[in-house]
Amino acid sequence: MTTDQIHERLKARFGDDVGPLSEAKIDPFAVVKRERIVEVCRFLKSEPGLELDFLEDLTAIDWPKRNVIEIVYHLASYKQRHLIVLKVETDRASPSLDSVESVWKTANWFEREVYDLFGVLFAGHPDLRRILLPDDWVGHPLRKDYQEAGGWHGITNVRENPLVELKRLDDKARAEAQPRPAAEKPPEPPAPGGQA
Amino acid sequence: MTATLQSPRTPSRSRSARGVLLATLALGFGIPFLLFSAILVLSPLSKPELLGAVVQGLGRLLGAEWDPSGWSVTAQLALYGVSVAVLGFILLNFGAVVSGMTVWWEMRVSSRMQSRVGYNRVGAGGFFQWVADAVKLLFKEDLVPADADQILFRAAPYFVLVGFALTFVALPFGESLIAADLNVGIFYLVSVTALVVVGILLAGWSSNSKWALFGGMRSAAQVVSYEIPAGLAILVPVLMAGSLSMQEIIRQQGAWPWQWFVFTNPIGVLAFLVFFVSQLAEGNRTPFDLPEAESELVAGYLSEYSSFRFALYFLVEFGNLWVMAAVAVTLFLGGWQVPFAGPEVFAAARGPAGALPGLGWWGLQVVSMAIFSAKTLFVLNLIVWVRWTLPRIRVDQMMDLCWKYLVPGAFAAFVFTLLWQILVARVPRAALASGVVLTVVAAAVAVVFLRQTWRNIKLVAGDRVDLTNW
Amino acid sequence: MEKLILRRVDRSGEEMILNFGPQHPSTHGVINFIVETDGEVLKKAVPDVGYLHRSLEKIGEIVGYPGFMPFTDRVDYVAAMFANEGYAVAVERLLKLEVPPRAQWLRAVSCELTRIASHLISVGTMAMDIGAFTPMLHGVRERETINDLIEALCGSRLTYNYHRIGGVAFDMPEEWRDKVLRFLDHFDTFLQEFDRLISFNEIYIRRLANVAVITGEQAIDYGLVGPNLRASGVDWDLRRDMPYGAYPSFKFGVPVGKGFFGVSGDCFDRYYVRILEMAESSKIVRQALESMPDGETMAKVPRNIKPEPGEAISRIESARGEMAYYVVSDGTNKAYRVRVRAGSFTAMGIIEDISPGLMVADLVALIASLDVVAPEIDR
Repeated sequence: MTTDQIHERLKARFGDDVGPLSEAKIDPFAVVKRERIVEVCRFLKSEPGLELDFLEDLTAIDWPKRNVIEIVYHLASYKQRHLIVLKVETDRASPSLDSVESVWKTANWFEREVYDLFGVLFAGHPDLRRILLPDDWVGHPLRKDYQEAGGWHGITNVRENPLVELKRLDDKARAEAQPRPAAEKPPEPPAPGGQA
Repeated sequence: MTATLQSPRTPSRSRSARGVLLATLALGFGIPFLLFSAILVLSPLSKPELLGAVVQGLGRLLGAEWDPSGWSVTAQLALYGVSVAVLGFILLNFGAVVSGMTVWWEMRVSSRMQSRVGYNRVGAGGFFQWVADAVKLLFKEDLVPADADQILFRAAPYFVLVGFALTFVALPFGESLIAADLNVGIFYLVSVTALVVVGILLAGWSSNSKWALFGGMRSAAQVVSYEIPAGLAILVPVLMAGSLSMQEIIRQQGAWPWQWFVFTNPIGVLAFLVFFVSQLAEGNRTPFDLPEAESELVAGYLSEYSSFRFALYFLVEFGNLWVMAAVAVTLFLGGWQVPFAGPEVFAAARGPAGALPGLGWWGLQVVSMAIFSAKTLFVLNLIVWVRWTLPRIRVDQMMDLCWKYLVPGAFAAFVFTLLWQILVARVPRAALASGVVLTVVAAAVAVVFLRQTWRNIKLVAGDRVDLTNW
Repeated sequence: MEKLILRRVDRSGEEMILNFGPQHPSTHGVINFIVETDGEVLKKAVPDVGYLHRSLEKIGEIVGYPGFMPFTDRVDYVAAMFANEGYAVAVERLLKLEVPPRAQWLRAVSCELTRIASHLISVGTMAMDIGAFTPMLHGVRERETINDLIEALCGSRLTYNYHRIGGVAFDMPEEWRDKVLRFLDHFDTFLQEFDRLISFNEIYIRRLANVAVITGEQAIDYGLVGPNLRASGVDWDLRRDMPYGAYPSFKFGVPVGKGFFGVSGDCFDRYYVRILEMAESSKIVRQALESMPDGETMAKVPRNIKPEPGEAISRIESARGEMAYYVVSDGTNKAYRVRVRAGSFTAMGIIEDISPGLMVADLVALIASLDVVAPEIDR
């Protein structure tokens, strides 16, 4: 089936809870209401003729301008060889969603990753904890407004520009090697901050 | 003006490469030669009967009259003690050196099998790499984990070392070249190697590390289980020889393959295989190296050891190859028996008892030692070969193998040997017949094997056997 | 992480909680497993990943479209060509760019050679984990030749940066075709030798057959892809079923695990499917070299790549399975979101549920047979 046909079946079943199929720029997608996502997924997986049994990818995109975090579902079917892309929009301030882990077990780790990197809470997930980052990390890095904390447990991630640092050390060494007259100015303090 | 670059092959470079090669050859042959000759000379001479003759001879050389038989008991015992101590020292060194050289040999063989160059830096052909490794290990920091059991952690390597060193006492290097010809020789060997288990268990437990404990437990289970089939398989040549003494077992065999115990008894091949596999398991060698399974347990029971203590374990593991091979050769492959030189030849060359034997006898001893060493090295090579070919078996599969296959097999071999010995007592020809038939079969198998190997090499397009890069 | 497990453990009995990693002697990368064992038998093995997280997806939003290509090498450095290709195809879809045929053929050749190289590492390290050290070195020796060939092609042995947006960076050097064909002649016979050495070894089969069986439904449900999926009996290969690039022009088989020595979906199937795939890749390379069209190796790509706002996903059959790149563009010259979906990530997810009841040695075999590489998991 083509994506249009799958979308028609969806529309027939769920009506307005499934949005219209977007233009193909380049891949078309349909936006689903966040309350119905689990039912939609279950329908897509078990309906004969659709049988979208493979959750290829579950990821998120942060749109601060529209104030949503979009959760994107790429679904595919091995038997029928068709695909569809679904999206769910969640409120950026407190994003939360039902977990589709009961439909495809793949979603377990994908949702953990989305939680880790975007901060989206998945209700019904058996084990929602950070996966890629340490357990005590603060913040959700893939958000567009993420500020690096400058370090973690005392390990800093900010350092002086090596060229500036080397020049400073060179100047210092040269100044110390020469005999200094008493009236000479002390050397300049180093330039602050680092620039990657 | 022309400035000539110095050619890279400056004379000094090639001279030093040649120097290294010569030094390697000198030491590589020299040290074993020294050790072997020391064993050759000291083993028979440290027996009380000949000791007196030696001292007398020495006295005659120095122009004095020394007759130890007239000395006090204490002095005689002291003389005996000193000579035995020297022999023991030589044997210990032999164990250490043979362990190092086994490391070298194994690494070279494995590198050839794996299309690598292998050791080639320290000495020609990397011969002194083991010396370098030993020195490096000596210089490492000796860490004892704070939570480890202080006494047992330090004591464990010595159990293992003692279990290894004591075996050399009963290894028959030649016709009269055995430190102590115990009349329970093989039984002594089996019991003394059990000390190694104690050492491994102590190491695993006292390290206070979960991985070490895992390795220690696995190893203890393995070694203790495989003692049973090993013991049963050992009973086969013991039954055939009628004695537990190592020299007696060899004397009951002959020099030619059809006189070896592995062939004169139809079930000898099975007994040999059971014994070989059990020894592999007791020595923690692949395919039974679960206790040190690198990819699972880092270094198993050795994880917490460093520096010299680690070196001791290493030494024992590789030295055990020689012991395993020597015992296999003794029990099944005819030991030091020299072709065309039966016991009468040795007795004739011996001369009168109490006097020093003549040069002919010494020559025969050298030949018997050479034969023994050659056979041992061949079996050692088999063990090394198996290590680098086969994967590792799992703990439960290993236990299955031992209890479900090897123990019944060894029992069957034992019972069959009982019946076979009764048959041989009635019909002495049976042993010879079996020997000849099985030797022919073994030769045929060897030929087929070599031919198939040659075909396999030819099959891979573009491959060739390359023996350069030494 | 350990605190979480401890809370759920009943402290009676001989249970031990061990850390399996993150420093493994087995070369699957930096992954940690928190293993709860009762003697030798596992109760649970929980993977703990993230040690190799380099925030590549965030970097994709900063460096611009062509700038991200070297980073894709690092997504899977064992088989980097596929990562390159995936990203290039995704951006080309966004740009609606047509890649010249010669470039597509070159992509296929380089990818299939990399597939062979990656599978050699996979089966080699698997054999090493099971305890046989020699096959690993034989495999690595062959991989060295492939590395040399690819170095002649693109200058690099591990992180290639060869596929570019619009085509490939360089053309084949002279006589490269003959060298590759000579290597393939040798390689086909080498595979037979490898099989004789290890694949049909009794001990090896006993270690792997019927161990950690993953059924076809489980594989699909947990999102396994690639050789793992095929070994569980699901006959799916993107190169044949949803072809891209030059693959429609090649004839090749797709090995599916049917329980060669045990049950379909056990560790041995996952291993042997890879061996068979190497033989198929060799066929593809031969066909591709023979039918290589002439022409350019690079399409006309604008200097400043600014696709229209939209999104595209590209799906590539990598050595580790289906690799998907999902690129979202907002009209500027920097990507808005680059998402890499790699096969190893979901393969880790299944370990926790398959592990109860395995032994420690079987866990090693399972991890090795799933062919996970840490950079793909953590990106």
